[in-house]
Amino acid sequence: MAKKLMKGSEAIGEAAVRANCKLFFGYPITPQNEIPEYMSHRLPQVGGTFVQAESEVAASNMIYGAAGTGERVFTSSSSPGISLMAEGISYLAGSELPVVLVNIMRAGPGLGGILPSQADYFQATKGGGHGDYRLLVLAPWSVQEAADLVQDAFDLADFYRNPVMILGDGLIGQMMEPVEFKENRVPCKPLKPKDWAATGCKGDRPTNIINSLFLDPQVLEYHNQKLKAKYDTMSRDEVRFTEYGTGDDYDLLIVAYGTVARVCSTAIEDLREDGIKAAMVRPISLFPFPYEAVRRAAKKAKAVLVVELSCGQMIEDVQLALEGSRPVHFYGRQGGMLASPEEVAQKAKEVLAGTSQEVRHA
Amino acid sequence: MPETVFSRPEALQQVTTHYCPGCTHGVIHRLVGEVVDELGLRERTVGIAPVGCSVLAYNYFATDFHEASHGRAPAVATGVKRARPDLIVFAYQGDGDLASIGMAEIMHCANRGEKVTVVFVNNAIYGMTGGQMAPTTMPGQIATTCPLGRDVSLAGWPIRMAELISTLRTPAFVARASVHAPLYTVNAKAMLKRAFQYQVEGTCFSIVEILSTCPTNWGLPPAEATAWLEDNMLPYYPLGVFKTPGGEDRAPLPLGGRIGASHAK
Repeated sequence: MAKKLMKGSEAIGEAAVRANCKLFFGYPITPQNEIPEYMSHRLPQVGGTFVQAESEVAASNMIYGAAGTGERVFTSSSSPGISLMAEGISYLAGSELPVVLVNIMRAGPGLGGILPSQADYFQATKGGGHGDYRLLVLAPWSVQEAADLVQDAFDLADFYRNPVMILGDGLIGQMMEPVEFKENRVPCKPLKPKDWAATGCKGDRPTNIINSLFLDPQVLEYHNQKLKAKYDTMSRDEVRFTEYGTGDDYDLLIVAYGTVARVCSTAIEDLREDGIKAAMVRPISLFPFPYEAVRRAAKKAKAVLVVELSCGQMIEDVQLALEGSRPVHFYGRQGGMLASPEEVAQKAKEVLAGTSQEVRHA
Repeated sequence: MPETVFSRPEALQQVTTHYCPGCTHGVIHRLVGEVVDELGLRERTVGIAPVGCSVLAYNYFATDFHEASHGRAPAVATGVKRARPDLIVFAYQGDGDLASIGMAEIMHCANRGEKVTVVFVNNAIYGMTGGQMAPTTMPGQIATTCPLGRDVSLAGWPIRMAELISTLRTPAFVARASVHAPLYTVNAKAMLKRAFQYQVEGTCFSIVEILSTCPTNWGLPPAEATAWLEDNMLPYYPLGVFKTPGGEDRAPLPLGGRIGASHAK
């Protein structure tokens, strides 16, 4: 298929349709309204169903019900809405159901603002809802990558029977870029029949029960350990990242994800023109985090600079990766303000000149 | 050769009950099981269990099941039914679940006209958590969070869900029944059968509110609990059909007076 100029939100919606997802349940919230709007007119064209729920709480429980039938299902929201969906997400993880969730992050806390942010990193990667669970979290830096990751996310969700979150920001949702959808795309994971789904128990088959309730503590502990083993497999097999300029020598390693990483890539080019050598590791999977890639890439650098649109959240994973082997510095913007290449380059210069304060405890 | 005249419905599992003596959940489970059998729906039915005493409903039914979080059964039912319209989907909810934390979900599920069936068991109290006040607790009724009795000036009046849902313009089948005595139980089954039948035909959303006893948390022996329901709940929660998809007027249950209940006071 030829490339088509698409808005990020529309590309995300179309990617879900291309992944044979015919169900969307969601609730309006800025800045992701274009996704449900797109789905509301697109899904009927392919025999699918769009439901505008009464709340994000309800939406998260509708996708929980739909996923229990084994059908592919999708929702999108933005930060305060994801907080409300935390209930359903925890149940989805506990019941091991595959769904794809998109969080187009806006600035918080509370009602916050409607402009781009990366302040939901902790919520996405460390929990969000109650109980021991993990989401697979993928962060695109372009509209094309968002479209690709959404399609992969459905395969990953089915393979692991686990919710997968696409973590973007308002920039990903709003910007327009050329997108190509490949015909005859091959799933990124082998897909098995969903013989666990609650679809009516025929004949002598035991009943299929979609459930996260285990009143016997020993049985629940076994369940927790089974989930942990699954998350460990994800950590081993699903790490995704790209490197930028790590083939050359460099003094500074930048770690950034999402659209901010694009800003950093421009900053790295500008720094090279000034004779300053920097490189970048860009995590694509935030859970699992590419600890090994960051550790390896940092060996060539004198210092590491983490750039985020938050007060510093991913920086904790970078510090875990480095185990104190390199000084870690931070540059962040908050509240919906964006980081410019000039600001990142200026901070990089300060790090290498010794005038930036190292972050010892994030 | 002896003839079997009474047996466990196919739609129910052969398990021992965890419900308290005198609780009517078991009766209501059986009625649902009988209706599912009589309509031949077992192999395409998915039940939605709530949070509350009937949280373990999936252990009793021989149908696929989906355990919901507190109050969200109508949202989960919506997800199942929209994903697979060929399935018969019923949610089984108590009064704390449906009328308190799940008020938004039940009202919007009904208002969208989801083609699902809700079995709403109203025993005027939170059972599983230990007898706290519910939105349906009667004025003056003692509960662990209203030890002096429900004060309507602070807690408001009990919510009449059947009446509330029947105000919605969207076509629906809405009825209230009771299972505190055999004659009422026969009527409750008829209401449930109509409710499932409307779903089979794809006609409308349906809900049957069923008044139920909670001897444990009411602090009454089972027979007295039955009398308490008849004396206190029936006058406030009238039985009958409140709404039909054809829009006919409300039809009170053709039963009057104090029949059936034993007065063991």
